[in-house]
Amino acid sequence: MKYVDEYRNGRHIARLAEMISREVSREYVFMEVCGGHTAAIHRFGIPSLLPPEVRLISGPGCPVCVTPARYIDMLVALASGGGVTVAMFGDLMRVPGSILTLAAARAAGADIRVVLSAHEALELALADPGRKVIFPAIGFETTAPGTAVTVMDAGKRGVDNFFVLSAHKVMPPAMEILLKEGTSLDGFICPGHVAVITGSSAFDFIPEKYGLACVVTGFEPADLLLAVLMLIRQVNSRSPRVETEYRRVVTRDGNTRAQGFMNEVFEHADTEWRGLGIIPSGGLTLRKRYRHLDAGEQFTVEVHEIQRDSGCLCGDILRGKITPADCPLFAGACTPDHPEGACMVSDEGSCNTWYKYHNHD
Amino acid sequence: MIERVTLGHGGGGRQAQLLILDRFTSRFGMQGPLTDSALLSVPDGLLAFTTDSYVVSPLFFPGGNIGKLAVCGTVNDLAVSGAEPRYLSAAFIIEEGFSLEELDRIVASMVEEAVTAGVRIVTGDTKVVEKGQCDGLFINTAGVGILAGELRHVSSASEVKEGDRLIINGPPGDHAVTILAARRNLSFDIPLASDCASLNHLVKRVTEVPGAVHFMRDLTRGGLAAVLNELAGMTGCGITIDEASVPVNEPVRGMCEILGFDPFCLASEGRLLVVAAPEEAERIAGRMREDPLGRGASIIGTITSARAGRVILNSTYGGQRFLEMPSGQLLPRIC
Repeated sequence: MKYVDEYRNGRHIARLAEMISREVSREYVFMEVCGGHTAAIHRFGIPSLLPPEVRLISGPGCPVCVTPARYIDMLVALASGGGVTVAMFGDLMRVPGSILTLAAARAAGADIRVVLSAHEALELALADPGRKVIFPAIGFETTAPGTAVTVMDAGKRGVDNFFVLSAHKVMPPAMEILLKEGTSLDGFICPGHVAVITGSSAFDFIPEKYGLACVVTGFEPADLLLAVLMLIRQVNSRSPRVETEYRRVVTRDGNTRAQGFMNEVFEHADTEWRGLGIIPSGGLTLRKRYRHLDAGEQFTVEVHEIQRDSGCLCGDILRGKITPADCPLFAGACTPDHPEGACMVSDEGSCNTWYKYHNHD
Repeated sequence: MIERVTLGHGGGGRQAQLLILDRFTSRFGMQGPLTDSALLSVPDGLLAFTTDSYVVSPLFFPGGNIGKLAVCGTVNDLAVSGAEPRYLSAAFIIEEGFSLEELDRIVASMVEEAVTAGVRIVTGDTKVVEKGQCDGLFINTAGVGILAGELRHVSSASEVKEGDRLIINGPPGDHAVTILAARRNLSFDIPLASDCASLNHLVKRVTEVPGAVHFMRDLTRGGLAAVLNELAGMTGCGITIDEASVPVNEPVRGMCEILGFDPFCLASEGRLLVVAAPEEAERIAGRMREDPLGRGASIIGTITSARAGRVILNSTYGGQRFLEMPSGQLLPRIC
């Protein structure tokens, strides 16, 4: 398969692994901030190909993992209200709210349906004008343009029963928070598909302000190993900058058309990230001109979030301070079948990925 | 005008009688007056008895339909237990308004598949529920087979030993991906058909090699990953799989790449795993390849004593990882 087989070629992989081993001259810690990278790194067994001096840690890049419990509680309340359908990505189904998961709410009668795109949710609304359809918009710069185009479409058609509850997040401010809090990182494996939209220049502030290495990379084993090699070379030569390994899809300026759609529909807002707290300009909300489609404006739900301390260390895991295996709940009280924290739910969550692919016996 | 199933068809009166006689019993070749039970003569020895319900959506898909699936799924459960499938029951739960023409096509597929597998459908039931109370049609089949004494061990894995080889009869996941692509909300048009098929003749070929087969299981929900982990759990052995030796069809790989699925976790309805004595593994794979349902047979791994109870996947590029039991529901209603 084109764009897959050549990046999984055993000979190339062995050669890259060998070059990495040859060039390490100290210990290195690199963080991947994209959940897709976390999943790929462990699915492909990348750590088993790296020398012990190179450590990869996961950051806050799984959209499901950083969605606050309060947001899940709101969706549960909205979907249980009668006359309202919540049409959402399946990933959200098993994320624990403060009381219920959406899966439990659905089993109890809430109208929750799984869709594969924002547009499919809009089609549901068009097909049944008597129902109010709410699309919970989650994800980073990768999914936000799709929501934006759908909102514009609904606006143009004058649809009055389709709404968006935006929990969209943007990546660079979250990376900056981690850097401001202080880290022991040597560099970032920058998110490849976020960069397709934003352009690699969105990460320029990292080497400029914080002096850390950055490589934007793809999701195949050869991409990931080459990124590690490029990062090691930047560190060794003390020349931090933003380099792009994923040149087959990433440019410096990104997809300006998609950026235009996002800008038309959304504005940046201070936003809560689960485990990290409020991040200044860390999310996207609908602009005033689209407030008639904003579920946050058009529906009033009372949510009393129940604060409980289960001992889950998702926040530290999302910051890269500890690995999932360091959490006392990992693989005991918290498993994919009985998740305590959101990081154990999503296929791209660090804990889920560790549980799936690592020795936890 | 489309003829449709009405609530009257489930009422037990004349309409119901006609539906059962015209559309079910005559086609299934049931002889004589309708009685409450089928009376079957069985030889001495052990009976294998199994049941499964079929709720696949959509009802028709490339390579089959719910009727074919309901026959071959139950036939396969018997066959991989080491039994020769003989008799099936077929119970239908039909939604009011269901097209009789579609019902006929589904029953015709069941008849055809039963003939192919060499089993008889000898008893059944029909219920009609109000519109909206089920999605078109659900089918339950139960099956009875005769167990050859020397194959008692194949479902329990009690004979599996270190060094045994693992063999599959073809690329996994075609069924799951076909169903996924056929769903209304995904507009994928891919050159792929479900692998659903009755495996009992293939199993017979394989089990004719005396003493060679130590374990068999069909790769249904949870796919290869689930079966391998169950086997590792049952035996307490480790299992090493060589990823490059597991054939995966291109459309399945493509869909997995796009949607983030793992081909190892996808269901098939016409694939099985055989664990065989090492000296007979090549012969078993060769015998599989002589059968149209085993053309893509491949030896994919080995039973080990290291890493007890775990499944290790050696990747094509030299990495290693655990292959875990899939968790949760990947895809509802694929069978």
